[in-house]
Amino acid sequence: MRNLFLLNRLGIIALAVLLMLAPMRAFSAEGTKTGAAGAPAVTVLATQASPQAVPAPAHTTINHGDTAWMLMSTVLVLMMTIPGLALFYGGMVRDKNVLSTVAHSFATTCLVTLLWYIVAYSLSFTDGNAWIGGFGRLFLYGMGRATVTHESRAIPESVYMSFQMTFAIITPALISGSFAERIKFSAVLWFTALWLIFVYSPVVHWIWSTNGWLAKLGVLDFAGGTVVEVNSGVAGLVTALVIGRRIGYKKELMAPHNLVLTLLGASLLWVGWFGFNAGSAVSSGGLAGMAMANTQIATAAAAMTWMFAEWSARGKPSVLGMASGAVAGAVAITPASGFVDPTGALIIGLAGGAACFWAATYLKNMIGYDDSLDVFGVHGIGGVVGLLLTGVFAVKAIGGTAGAIEGNIGQIGKQVTAIVAVVIYDAVMTYVILKVVDLVIGLRPSEEQEREGLDLTQHGERAYNE
Amino acid sequence: MKLVIAIIKPFKLDDVRDALSEIGVQGLTVTEVKGFGRQKGHTELYRGAEYVVNFLPKVKLEVAIESELLDKVIEAITRSARMGKIGDGKIFVLDLEQAIRIRTGETGQNAL
Repeated sequence: MRNLFLLNRLGIIALAVLLMLAPMRAFSAEGTKTGAAGAPAVTVLATQASPQAVPAPAHTTINHGDTAWMLMSTVLVLMMTIPGLALFYGGMVRDKNVLSTVAHSFATTCLVTLLWYIVAYSLSFTDGNAWIGGFGRLFLYGMGRATVTHESRAIPESVYMSFQMTFAIITPALISGSFAERIKFSAVLWFTALWLIFVYSPVVHWIWSTNGWLAKLGVLDFAGGTVVEVNSGVAGLVTALVIGRRIGYKKELMAPHNLVLTLLGASLLWVGWFGFNAGSAVSSGGLAGMAMANTQIATAAAAMTWMFAEWSARGKPSVLGMASGAVAGAVAITPASGFVDPTGALIIGLAGGAACFWAATYLKNMIGYDDSLDVFGVHGIGGVVGLLLTGVFAVKAIGGTAGAIEGNIGQIGKQVTAIVAVVIYDAVMTYVILKVVDLVIGLRPSEEQEREGLDLTQHGERAYNE
Repeated sequence: MKLVIAIIKPFKLDDVRDALSEIGVQGLTVTEVKGFGRQKGHTELYRGAEYVVNFLPKVKLEVAIESELLDKVIEAITRSARMGKIGDGKIFVLDLEQAIRIRTGETGQNAL
């Protein structure tokens, strides 16, 4: 039974109630720092119970250089979603759906921000157990001006929280590429909220919380090959399969309506990726510098690879191709950026570009799924390639762990474990969430609405009025 | 009176307009259209998706003239729009029943 109106109202009310509870928690008396579920407290060196301005204690271990860079990185990664991804995706859809596509990125930014603050940061980064964090940071309770954590190292926890928030924002925003042009906006909001809490938070906890089981296993994922790339890629594939093809797919003309927007978006993604990869060093120094260099080399290598592959296979080097290639390279180097040397980065870029070109051009048509904007082909496949090659090309002198080329063959096995775990969990949970959302409010608009265009039917607007 | 409709290649518009001015045609209406005849389309490629685009951009001219001018107009359009290649276009001639100038209310040839 679909009582859409009531349910969407309930969702809004629930969010509002949760937000109103926030001040109550923030102002409550400071006792122990255990969370509501009795989870162990986050390690804290200095904390403030009250949000009133109090000078930071003199004995903090905050490094100002690191903090300055991380503040900037947060800005760069936020820019990757708005407007980077919004433009990248927006230009690739038909003009009757551009606003809805942009809205997916924009609204996801807003929704994830609030949910991250309310509960998702706590679930991701408090110690909890090996599988999930606790509720110790519900409403960011206990996080003060000078708080630091295991993960935040020498930067304030607030900066680390915001930095990670931008990752949590872009991951579900990426998935929107797989259901573009044929989804209801309300379904996007519900899906994003549920996916963030039940898929993203656990996975990021496994990899990046010091208590996470994959982190303890020794998996190498510098900036989110599993957390962001494989996660969004697999979710994208499942979504494309569950939601079905666009009406008229393969028969009607569905060419990108404005590739200039796509190029603008790809460029913002490239530049922003320095915040994504070099920022994942959580420090400003040699490691960030190496990550930056690796990112640039891999991205350029992949763009050229795609360009030449398309030139020889299809006759012409398309602009969409070289932009896609650049993104593919950045995706592939993401898990490797702080672990490999520039030559490793070059090889990863070449491999990522080639693999994603194959996936977006041939695999999609072979299997027949409609992944509108190649989320799986670029992010899923690119992420897998990058993770595996991280296990191969990791250099101890750079990131502290040796890969197969230095004799540590076992690292590849650890990478495979992470990939398999994330793929299975992600696929199953995404499927369940989609089915639940479909059952309760429905995923797709009606055929007439889809034909008319989502901008008009979902948002009551036209992008281009002349 | 006649209504002459000509479908021509877009970049030939200025040449045709100049040729018609020379023979005394005062006004015309231009629309951007898509079409195909014997000229084939092209293939566009976006990642894995290949589209065969049959429609080509063309320009449609409509000119209302006195019947006496018809042969001259046809000759002027043909001469200026021709390139000798497939896709040059076509001219259609219709009988025009009535013409009215909105500002003054004049009818017939006085309205052209």
